Amino acid sequence: MKLQELVDSLSLEVKTASFNLTKEVTGGYVSDLLSDVIANSKEGNIWVTLQTHQNIVAVATLRELSGIILVNNRTPDTETLKKAEEEGLPIMVSPLPAFELVGRLYSLGLRCQ
Amino acid sequence: MPVEFRADLHIHTCLSPCADLLMTPLRIAEKASSLGLNIIAICDHNSVENAEVAKRLAKEKGINAITGIEITSSEEVHILGLFGNIADALKMQDIVYENLQPEENDEEVFGMQVVVNEEDEVLGFNKRLLIGSTRLSVSRIVEVIHYFGGLAIAAHIDREGFGIIGQLGFIPPDLKLDALEISYNTSIGEAKKRFREYSHIPWITSSDAHKLDDVGRVSTGLFMEHSTFEELCLALKGVEGRKVIY
Repeated sequence: MKLQELVDSLSLEVKTASFNLTKEVTGGYVSDLLSDVIANSKEGNIWVTLQTHQNIVAVATLRELSGIILVNNRTPDTETLKKAEEEGLPIMVSPLPAFELVGRLYSLGLRCQ
Repeated sequence: MPVEFRADLHIHTCLSPCADLLMTPLRIAEKASSLGLNIIAICDHNSVENAEVAKRLAKEKGINAITGIEITSSEEVHILGLFGNIADALKMQDIVYENLQPEENDEEVFGMQVVVNEEDEVLGFNKRLLIGSTRLSVSRIVEVIHYFGGLAIAAHIDREGFGIIGQLGFIPPDLKLDALEISYNTSIGEAKKRFREYSHIPWITSSDAHKLDDVGRVSTGLFMEHSTFEELCLALKGVEGRKVIY
């Protein structure tokens, strides 16, 4: 599944790197502890979190994640937006809380893999 | 000539909901004195309301009780702010209170937040949700602490929950921390391996005591001229023979 399909199906607001939505999403991971994401997320995963600190960009880049979805309409920090744009990392925002959003991602066929 | 002082720079009082009610400034001062500590810092969660009393009581015992605060950032990272005087600490507290989540403390769930006087008498209960988070980011907190002349220390970096590395994966390189705190859970030997990449920032070890028995369970040695806040700042910078020893 491509990132663009997630954006369309879930009406996500794309905040950064909209040129990079052709990336393949391999699965998903949800966590707000960045150390846990470093340890347990997998390449190509879409990451669902409410953390907006610029370190999320570094972690996603390090783990080669396909993108980040911020829940509850969280606004990314200015530095976060800048770094994500530089790295070509799509950050998307959803008004849904994490539980709802992950339920929909699961329905679309994504798994934790 | 700098001489060695022993410091425990992270002690909670009964104002912190999670701390034992016996953690009154009076008992902490007595305990610190019995252990031979020269400097302590009172660092309650998001408040400094017991710090002034502690400072006076500790002074009677020849101990410098620095006014500190353990601030919870929007990322749920704990940052210690230590200040040279009460006035600056109170300004920091104002900003923390303005940005603290608005719910009230539930004593049944989180515990009581007791403000006391020099004689261990209860003056009142803080109603704020001190265990909660502020809207302030880590970088903003460090900035504001420095604006008020304080020291910004990342608390218990070896702890997953509320530690900066656990929450944020790593310490942002541009964050101007004055020191990193290693908790009693991790020996310095182990810390030297785990946190090698952060050896350019001074480290301290402190008790994070929530009950009396834990005060001073680990402490930091400081080579300084006097046991003052100003000297502590110089020791962290390693100025003229002053230094931190583990």
